[in-house]
Amino acid sequence: MSSSQSNVDYQHKPLPSSFTKIGTALLAIGLIIVIIGYFIDPTRAAFNNLILLMFLVSIGLGSLFLVGIEYLGGAVWSTPFRRITEFLASVLIVIPIIAIPVYMHMHDLYHWTHNEAVQADKLLKGKEPYLNLEFFTIRIVVFLLIWLAFYFLLTKNSKKQDTSKDQGLTKKNIKISAIFMPFFALTITFSAIDWMMSLEPHWFSTIYGVYYFSGTMLAALAATTYLLIYLNERKLLFKGLNQDHYYSFGALLFAFTNFWAYIAFSQFLLIYYANMPEETFWYLARWEGSWIVFSIGLIIVHFVVPYFGLLSQPSKMNPKRLKFMSLWILFAHFYDLYWLIMPTYNKEGIVFGWMELGFPLLAVGIVALMFGLKANKQNLIPVGDPKLIRGINFRL
Amino acid sequence: MSEKILHSYSGIFDTPDEIIHAAEKTVEAGYTKFDVNTPYPIHGMPKAMNLEPSKLGYAALVFGLSGTLTALFVMYWMAAIDYPITVGGKPFFAFPKYIPIMFEVTVLAAAIGTVSTMLFFFFKFPNNAHPLHDTSYMKKVSSDKYGLIIQADDPKFNEDEVKVFFASLHAKDVEPVYYDMEDINASPKIYDKKFIGGLALTFILVSGITYFTLNKLMFMVPFNWMMYQDKLTVQEKSSVFPDEFGVRAPVAGTVARGFMPYEFPNEPELAGEVLLNPLVPTEKNLALGKKKYDTYCSPCHGDFGDGDSRLRGQFPNPPSLHSEKVRNWSDGRIFHVITMGQNIMPSYSSQLTREEKWATVLYVRALERSKNAKESDLK
Ligand code: HEC
Repeated sequence: MSSSQSNVDYQHKPLPSSFTKIGTALLAIGLIIVIIGYFIDPTRAAFNNLILLMFLVSIGLGSLFLVGIEYLGGAVWSTPFRRITEFLASVLIVIPIIAIPVYMHMHDLYHWTHNEAVQADKLLKGKEPYLNLEFFTIRIVVFLLIWLAFYFLLTKNSKKQDTSKDQGLTKKNIKISAIFMPFFALTITFSAIDWMMSLEPHWFSTIYGVYYFSGTMLAALAATTYLLIYLNERKLLFKGLNQDHYYSFGALLFAFTNFWAYIAFSQFLLIYYANMPEETFWYLARWEGSWIVFSIGLIIVHFVVPYFGLLSQPSKMNPKRLKFMSLWILFAHFYDLYWLIMPTYNKEGIVFGWMELGFPLLAVGIVALMFGLKANKQNLIPVGDPKLIRGINFRL
Repeated sequence: MSEKILHSYSGIFDTPDEIIHAAEKTVEAGYTKFDVNTPYPIHGMPKAMNLEPSKLGYAALVFGLSGTLTALFVMYWMAAIDYPITVGGKPFFAFPKYIPIMFEVTVLAAAIGTVSTMLFFFFKFPNNAHPLHDTSYMKKVSSDKYGLIIQADDPKFNEDEVKVFFASLHAKDVEPVYYDMEDINASPKIYDKKFIGGLALTFILVSGITYFTLNKLMFMVPFNWMMYQDKLTVQEKSSVFPDEFGVRAPVAGTVARGFMPYEFPNEPELAGEVLLNPLVPTEKNLALGKKKYDTYCSPCHGDFGDGDSRLRGQFPNPPSLHSEKVRNWSDGRIFHVITMGQNIMPSYSSQLTREEKWATVLYVRALERSKNAKESDLK
């Protein structure tokens, strides 16, 4: 695990022990709350579990996408940070476990799993060939297998390169990434449709997959940004991390904040404009009771704050600002998922209690632990990557 | 006669790192009037050159925001105040659908405004000459080299020192840049025949293409396909209904929204007895009545109801509205004539609302009073 052959000055050091300790503590507290939650109110817990699941998919799958797109685009500037995204992508390994409770509470979550309701409903009957338990199960299993397969393929080659310094591995990974991309596009779209959009089986929005993707990108980028600043502050990365590196992450966060707003508004405007009852009810549900406050809050939390927080050029390069904004964006993504999922659970208004706190804690705990496990075993920068030096010396 | 004046000394560098370094050194050496030319913007250069942040951003902000507000105000005023029409069942002031337009106008105004500010304010348009133009230096820095110049009017400028300084930076192709007083005094090239000709040609081309696109191309296959829609318009056959009528009569027993059926279609006398004018002759009602009368009644009945039609015999002249018969009619009876028509006079129900009809009746009453005033009116 030494970097003797490379001319990068890097020594692998473990993360501060507080990192894993806090991660474990959060995981433990979260897990206890979650288990109690499942005993007291399984339906509510299942809905929260779904948010947790989608959040972790965002982090894991989004990070895997970032790894893939870096190989595919031949990006140089992000190579020194690829390990961070790779470690974050390891969250994918836990996804099947998180998905099990959701699968066990299908009847509480998904209206279309009730056969009598489907038979009595013309629309649902029409969608039955797609929305039925058997096909749903097959799809989810296939998605998970695809994600895990590409995760292991990509990270295995990357890890091997640390010692072998074999440039051919980069070429291999480029090919794998190229194959991954269409699979990614399809699986992220259909997993969003299956897990979230089918909560309201009468409703449909063709932009839904892209909407979820935009949030996914934000979550993965924000997690990467936060961790890279955290690691850099503790001198665990390489020497010479410069403003242009920061600026690139800041600019991407800013760009995807706008992308999210663009997609979210497009979805809303089309539905608002066409004004068809089979589409508008979804927004009306989020415009009634206390949900209206939450919906307006979404615009502020997910767009206004990050937009102005990252608008100016200096703020995109300031590590302190970036650290705060990336945590904020992670929170905003959770908020967004809550907004997408929870109105199905309670039409009357916002539900918030200790259970809603427990699941985010668990989420942070899982991400931190998975990251910590990987980071303590592997180099934090891909020391064998041929693009590494150029990436470290990157100037805009 | 041309008189060469020294503008500056220029040096060429090969990499962005070198030019950044050179800029920093130049600042350190105390030069203030110097400039850097690169084929693309280099990050960190303003800092290396010790420049203040550009003020151009403020111009963009002001222009952008004025675009946003203009768009918002124009749409609000047109759609909600001046000419409110219901579109797609939305409120007149429907903010969400304004957002895309506000966004576009913001971008447009900011872009045009910023470029114009740059041209007119910073570059002093129409002046378009600079001593560096058409030099070998400019050719290099606009393709793949990075250049630095130190101007001769810098207080610290000294030809020999500058040469030594450039050498210490390892600059290549160090050479002086001269300019002609003649060039500077020459009238701006903007009045050049070629330039004007180019402008005119562009104008003709753009308007020609626009004309062709909007007036010809849109009517050619396949672009004209957009004009055909599956919906039925007037006079078209329907394939859905057995009687093949495209325009459907209302379902029996229903009335359209906001429509009030008339109660006495065939009983003029009863209408005269029963119907009461709900309006009082206020200034507003009379003004409305006058407007409607002048529009719809005066062509036949004359401006003052004398039956002196403006139709020059193309339509039989109607009787005077000042006849004793009409004067003694109730308001309701006149309302009936407007609503149902009378013999060859057509009905005005589709042109006038109920309220407007009653206001017209008020005005007819006023006309009658003006010709046959009562004793009491004269007091
Ligand atoms: C196209 C020409 C035309 C227009 C426009 C027209 N009228 Fe007439 N109107 C006539 C004719 C012709 C008669 C006589 C009909 C008949 O033979 O009984 C008449 C009759 C009348 C009478 C009954 C007079 C009587 O002595 O029987 C009244 C009242 C009247 N019009 C009011 C109006 C009002 C109010 C309007 C405006 C809303 C109007 N008319 C617009 C042509 C017109």
